[in-house]
Amino acid sequence: MAPRFLPSGDTSLVVEFGDRMDRHLSALVLNLCRRVEAAGIAGVSEAVPTFRSLMVHYDPLVVRARELQALLVPLIDDLQAEALVGQRWYFPTCYEGDDFAPDLADVAAAAGLDPAEVVATHVAIEHLVYMIGFLPGQAYMGDLPKTLALPRRTSPRIKVSAGSVAIAIGQTTIYPFDSPGGWHIIGRSAVPLFDTRREKAALLSPGDTVQFVSVSREVFEDMQAARADGTFDIDTLKVFE
Amino acid sequence: MSGHLRVVAAGLGTTVQDTGRFGYQRFGVPTAGVLDRVAMAAANTIVGNAPDMAVLEMLYLGATLEVAAESVRVACAGLGAGLEVTEEGATRQIPAAESVRLKRGARLRVMAGRNAISCILAVEGGIALQPVMGSLSTLTRAQIGGFEGRALAVGDLLPIVQEEVEERPELRLPDLDLAVPERIRLVLGPQDDYFTPEAISTLLSGTYEVTRAADRMGIRLAGSALAHAKGFNIVSDGIAPGSIQVPGDGQPIILLADRQTTGGYPKIATVASVDLPALGRVGPGAKLQFEVISVEAAEELRRAQARVEAGWRDSLEPAAPETGLREAALYGANLISGVADAWMGD
Repeated sequence: MAPRFLPSGDTSLVVEFGDRMDRHLSALVLNLCRRVEAAGIAGVSEAVPTFRSLMVHYDPLVVRARELQALLVPLIDDLQAEALVGQRWYFPTCYEGDDFAPDLADVAAAAGLDPAEVVATHVAIEHLVYMIGFLPGQAYMGDLPKTLALPRRTSPRIKVSAGSVAIAIGQTTIYPFDSPGGWHIIGRSAVPLFDTRREKAALLSPGDTVQFVSVSREVFEDMQAARADGTFDIDTLKVFE
Repeated sequence: MSGHLRVVAAGLGTTVQDTGRFGYQRFGVPTAGVLDRVAMAAANTIVGNAPDMAVLEMLYLGATLEVAAESVRVACAGLGAGLEVTEEGATRQIPAAESVRLKRGARLRVMAGRNAISCILAVEGGIALQPVMGSLSTLTRAQIGGFEGRALAVGDLLPIVQEEVEERPELRLPDLDLAVPERIRLVLGPQDDYFTPEAISTLLSGTYEVTRAADRMGIRLAGSALAHAKGFNIVSDGIAPGSIQVPGDGQPIILLADRQTTGGYPKIATVASVDLPALGRVGPGAKLQFEVISVEAAEELRRAQARVEAGWRDSLEPAAPETGLREAALYGANLISGVADAWMGD
């Protein structure tokens, strides 16, 4: 596996394994990310994994691109594509109502299913967290079966509510904050995806898996209330073997 | 107990920033940090701080602050910026890149440059806030860091570390160069192969205007459209500071401190880190031109810039005195003649 090294200015170096979204490339990226972290290369401030590449950010006053590349090559030589075993999570999600699931009917129509079947499909699979990006704690998870692999909406919404569970391009994401968004919203989850009061602010890491669970509005509201008064325990979302 | 600065007028987007928050981009957390790192380092050096200490960054319009401490020492830096100080009923101007000591009740108004996006106010001793995830930088979009995760508002009391500062000669940095380079230097890639050769020559020969969509996240430019060779969607990858992404309309966007950590538009080039601070000085209407350099050349330029900054502490000069010749005499004979002329002039 010979990746390409692509400079992104003089402070970031991209190690690109491919241009697709797939689990093999993702595993290579995540394994290299671990190795880069462990290597503690002087001048490297952090590494950012995506579906198919690792961006290594560095201080050009400490290390030059050429030197950095030479230090990264041995880390890639015998790189394995073994999947990382991350934390497994249950995400209670309410798939009901025009406010929580405004696009569920459209998604169902596009897929030739009824809304209940869309939900049944979404909760049946284990979703792998490929990467976190765009907004703090926002995870990109895959893979949806082909029936639910729709393109993005033609007109993005100016405001998508925090907690919205949305699908597009074969993936699922949850918006951690109110933000613009162009994906199809099929539910709402009260899971606290990002909280700087926690030692690890972002709940999810690449390599984690998420199992969605369909819950009533009452359960959603109870979780939301627990979040608001600070009594929500994220350990209750963990799946233990 | 620490002192405070009370916000009398908030300006537009006045936030606490340092060099940025690193180590959390993999969790989707933008680095934030000052737009104009050079101005930050200069202002800090002038008040005796470490160059990377947290400062106030103001966008487009400066804030007015009242001193709620025994005394403070501040300096501003930014293209075309300055300070207006009102103390005991008298108002005077303090140029950028010059320190001033102010007593309780004094007001300082930061006058941002007419056309610059940002200017910096450094406070001796720094700002007394708790870092969030290792940094004082404010990311307003996610309410992280700085002062309650937001821009300052009227009535806020910003805690500062020092309740008072010692009296000593005020200093200025005479050779601070904040000029915007005639051509912003770029390193091609990482997705220059997603563009036609004509797109790259268009980017390098054309003039691009900064639109009103210019903020801490990025600068949207307007000019000749850049044609994609392989479509305008890529599978998301990382975004570097200064990445120039080109969405479907072919108009480039330079991504800055609050940029998203990853993105799905191809990036034709990346601004060399030496010229990144200058993008914190251009505002809507500014015309930008570009040239391409190698990564190695970018590294050399950045190192040369660092050497200049390392020399600042030794090139500080006494500021023009306000209180007469007795104080000026402390600075030595060389200065006296010049200062005396200026002082006796009117």
